This record gives sequence, structure tokens and C-alpha cells, in this order.
Amino acid sequence: MKARVTVTLKSGILDPQGKAIEGALKSLGVDGVASVRQGKVFDIELAGSDKAKAEAVLKDAADKLLANTVIENYRVELLG
Amino acid sequence: MKSAVLVFPGINREHDMARALKLVSGQEAAMVWHAETELPKGTDLVVVPGGFSYGDYLRCGAIAARAPIMDAVRKYADGGGLVLGVCNGFQILCEAGLLPGVLMRNSKLKFICKDVHLRVERSDSPFTRGYNAGQVIRVPVAHGEGNYEADEETVKRLEGEGRVLYRYCSAEGIVDEESNINGAAQSIAGIVNERGNVLGMMPHPENHVEDIMGCTDGRGLFAGLAAHLDKAA
Repeated sequence: MKARVTVTLKSGILDPQGKAIEGALKSLGVDGVASVRQGKVFDIELAGSDKAKAEAVLKDAADKLLANTVIENYRVELLG
Repeated sequence: MKSAVLVFPGINREHDMARALKLVSGQEAAMVWHAETELPKGTDLVVVPGGFSYGDYLRCGAIAARAPIMDAVRKYADGGGLVLGVCNGFQILCEAGLLPGVLMRNSKLKFICKDVHLRVERSDSPFTRGYNAGQVIRVPVAHGEGNYEADEETVKRLEGEGRVLYRYCSAEGIVDEESNINGAAQSIAGIVNERGNVLGMMPHPENHVEDIMGCTDGRGLFAGLAAHLDKAA
């Protein structure tokens, strides 16, 4: 089973990297970008096909390592 | 003073640290590999040195913080043992949950490698007793992610409980925006945990301990620790 964990900065947390990217887009002439926040995507392949179990495993992975929940939120998706 | 210096893949300041510890305490530090599950018996001080553990993959210090040896360090700290984390070591201690907060990218996005001034906020801690409260010391920094941040309540608690031991300042000891090199909350350069036995700091005191280095201001930190341990023993 394939899954994706998306980690994003919590709102209110300063994101200098996102700001730099936002500035670069502006200087490239890409119009209409109001703001950019940078995050991380983890594509994970899981053994087994039990969806509930898979979600629990991914949540565990995100809590223990993939995200620093002091500053980041995460979202778990099962892609089938 | 029996010190244990932790070694993770990608760490590069462990020898500087071991040299400083030897210089001040006269005793050779034990180098402890990250895959170990126990600290050497009789360890007086655990040091998590600087560098780029695991190439800063995922987040600075994130992977090292989950290494087998860190369970032993957690147990050691829970028992009141002294733990010092410098630079990447500070990041590792935060990621391991031994210290609150997080070290974010420097506010101006640049890697900063230069001498900075720090104000020692109090002298009644094992990590600062080699200095006077209010004293200004000069030590180097070398980091890209040293911008200390925590939620408002945590920062308020750190301040209220006097847990900020080192703060970025000017040569005259003035804490202002200009001297706050990386944009850290409250110009925080070093904090201790609630119990006061775990210190994390971004600057490198171990690199200002000998005349040949051009400055010996960092020596006080190690000398203070040695004096504290002597008194305790």
C-alpha cells in the first residue's frame, strides 16, 4: 500500500525559506503569488493492506520522527 | 571530571570538545559511539558536540536524537546528571525532548561563522559558575539553524524561571536587535531544562580555551563545571 505524509509548518511559525522562495518567484515575474510556505512530503510504501493499521503506523512514524510537532503539523493519506 | 563525548555520524567538533575538557579537567574524555546503549560508569558530564549529524537530514539533530545512546542520556539526565549540548548538540537535545523549543533557520538565512558576545545571565548554575553574572564573554558561533524559538508560554516560563543562561549581546553587554545574530526569541543563546542540569547552547565555548585560539573566554564554562563536580564529590 502506498501512502503519503505531508508535513507543514504551523501557522504563525516564521518560514524564512518560504519567504526566500516567495521573493524568488516575484523576481522571476511569476505574478499572483501572495505567499509561500515550504513543507515536506514523504512517500511511504507499507507492507500489508489493513487501512486502519496503516494509518496507525503512519501516525506513529510522524509523531516519532517525521514531524516536530512543536512547529509542524502533518497529514496522512493512504493512496491505495 | 569524567566526561563522555557522544559521537554521531557527521559530528565534527568532538575532538575540539575532548581537547577542551582534557585541558581544563586534566582527564581524558571518553568518546561514546551513538549505537551504544550505556554511558561509561561514573560519568560526571555528558557532552553532545557540534557538527552536522546525519548531514542535517530531515531536521537538524532529528535523527541523532533517536539514536540508541540517547535513551541512556535521557535516563542519566532524569537522574540529575549534567548534560551539555553545543550547536548541533543543542539541536539534538531539543529534538530529543530534553530541552523545550526548536532551533529554526537563522532569520537572515545565512550561515553565520564568527565571534559573538554573550552575556552570562546568572552565575549560580553548574554551567556558569566559572563566570560572574552579567559578565560578557566572546565565543565563536558556526551555524545556519540557531534561531531559538518556542511558543510564547514556554519562552515566558524560561524567562520567569531564570533558565536563559546565555544571551547574545554587544561587546558592552547590551542585548539588542543588532547583536541578536540569528533572530532568536529573547536573544537566547543558551538555556537549561527545568531541573537545571541540561544546558543547550549554540555558540562554541570549546573553541576559545587556549591562548593560541586568540581568546580563552570559553574556559570558564568548563572550569565552572569541573569546580562544581569537585565540590559535589
